[in-house]
Amino acid sequence: MSLDLVVNVAIAGVLTGLVYGLMALGLSVIFGVVRVVNFAHGEMMTIAMYAATALFAALSLDPFLAVLPVAAAFFVLGYAMQAGLINPFITRPEHSQFMLLVAVAIILVNALLMIFGPGARNVQVDYQLESFEIGKILVDKARLYAALLAVAAAAALFAFFRFSLTGKAIRACADNYLGAKVVGLNVKKYYALTFGLGAACVAVAGCAMVLLVDVTPPLGPYYTLLAFVIVIVGGLGSMTGALLGGVLIGVSEALAGLFIAPSAKSMFSFGLLILVLLLRPQGLLGKKA
Amino acid sequence: MKKEFIYLAILGGLLAALPAFAGPYALSVATLILYFAYTGQAWNVMMGFAGQLSLGHSLYVGVGAYAAGALFFHYGIGPWAGLWLAMALCVAFGLVIGFLAFRFGISGVYFALLTIAFAEFTRIGFDHLDWLGGPGGMFLRVAQRDVWDLANFRGPPLMYYYAMLFLTVAAFIGCWMLLRSKAGYYWQAIRENEEAAQALGINTFRWKMAAVALSAAMTSISGVFFAFYYNNLFPEQIFHINRSIELILGPVIGGIGTLFGPILGAAVLTLLSDGITELLAALGWEIPGIKQVFYGLVLLAVVMFLPHGIWPALHRRLGFHK
Repeated sequence: MSLDLVVNVAIAGVLTGLVYGLMALGLSVIFGVVRVVNFAHGEMMTIAMYAATALFAALSLDPFLAVLPVAAAFFVLGYAMQAGLINPFITRPEHSQFMLLVAVAIILVNALLMIFGPGARNVQVDYQLESFEIGKILVDKARLYAALLAVAAAAALFAFFRFSLTGKAIRACADNYLGAKVVGLNVKKYYALTFGLGAACVAVAGCAMVLLVDVTPPLGPYYTLLAFVIVIVGGLGSMTGALLGGVLIGVSEALAGLFIAPSAKSMFSFGLLILVLLLRPQGLLGKKA
Repeated sequence: MKKEFIYLAILGGLLAALPAFAGPYALSVATLILYFAYTGQAWNVMMGFAGQLSLGHSLYVGVGAYAAGALFFHYGIGPWAGLWLAMALCVAFGLVIGFLAFRFGISGVYFALLTIAFAEFTRIGFDHLDWLGGPGGMFLRVAQRDVWDLANFRGPPLMYYYAMLFLTVAAFIGCWMLLRSKAGYYWQAIRENEEAAQALGINTFRWKMAAVALSAAMTSISGVFFAFYYNNLFPEQIFHINRSIELILGPVIGGIGTLFGPILGAAVLTLLSDGITELLAALGWEIPGIKQVFYGLVLLAVVMFLPHGIWPALHRRLGFHK
């Protein structure tokens, strides 16, 4: 096995990992603010992927253009889901919230199965087969573009939370629920806004991911678990942690697939998760609770 | 209290007499209900009594099933010996997970995710264990269906029904006694407020470990039953997170922490699932996925409108008082 191959696979892992990271960022933002673990996260991701394939099939819309309508629709849906379904549950015990989102996940994954059937769907654009060559290193164009889109979306989200007044208000709600209420913030509205933003992250990640893999309904539960692993490794509620976790998991999956067996790749992710939970339960970049 | 006993005795009598008037299909549905009722009760010990949310209970079902199954498959050793191995292994697994989690102060959502991680880790590990069949599965020899071979737990469906009925009743009585014992009060104290329980001098670490061990041991018996009832084991199926979710739906829908909740929840969900299948077949709407969509919608409605489960709501209606 040549070193070039290892480097190539590792680079592909980093790029895919950035897209994973954006997906996990959505989960992390939702948990960090609303304190609800979104067990339907991967299912939402697959919906975005199906939406991108449907737009491509109907209008031959490039997934990079489909991002805009899909993200807008996801923001509205996420807002509605938090306002209508989850807000009444924020004071309920964890297992109750868990059951609610499990029910949502069951409905979503099977609705996709009903609409699109069990077969795999994908998009075919010409740059998927092309790559940049730097010496002996080959970088797939589609993978690079997908990673760049993920980084851009993450940067926009960082800037929003850092600099905008609304972002500041959301951070206030996350820091101190009661305090935010006392100063007159409509906490439930900001929760809905946060869920909408988290959903939009997932939508962008889904549109990027559809360039890299074929989508089938069972991918939903798989991505849900993957997103959990990533945010816990990176630190639940930490935004940079989610991206770092995504890259770590992306690389470890890619290298495990190369050195051991593709079917064993998620074993390494879960092994990493167990190690992190035991040695640094708050995650690599998480703050101590 | 008296009234409850009379109702329970009537229910027990009906269940014991059920095979006399139920066909093979109804009997298999009843066996499935009891399987979920018993396994739900086992999970309830950990979550409902001691307040530790496990989302990876398929680990114990799977390890139990594979332990007893492998002994029978490779060495022809029957499940009565395999049961002990299954229990020992599951208790060991449970204690390791519990020790790691509780020593390092992992609780709540993090604990739940840790249990998922261990179950998934084990699932993928078993996929690569060729001695146990790997992803292709392990198949136990199916003996003659009409002879009661109790030594090897082989026999007609009736035998499996009564085995499951016995387990469910035993678990119900055992949990009823536990809830009224010192352990039960300690667990409930930990569930309600762990810090306060600790301040009162309860060794919360030890009692949480005890809850995990007991729950794992009880669940391992479900695994042994699963192996000898279905005769085929696939890591992809038995360890999957969907199995973990499936087996906790009963107690959650029925009522967490109640004794009758897991039984009622298992009955409601299994009958609902079968009812939806029949209804959709009658209507001719056989689209893949439609059944689970309906199931999910009912689940959503129950979670939204009956936050404590069906049994606590029904309990009041029936005029029982606590």
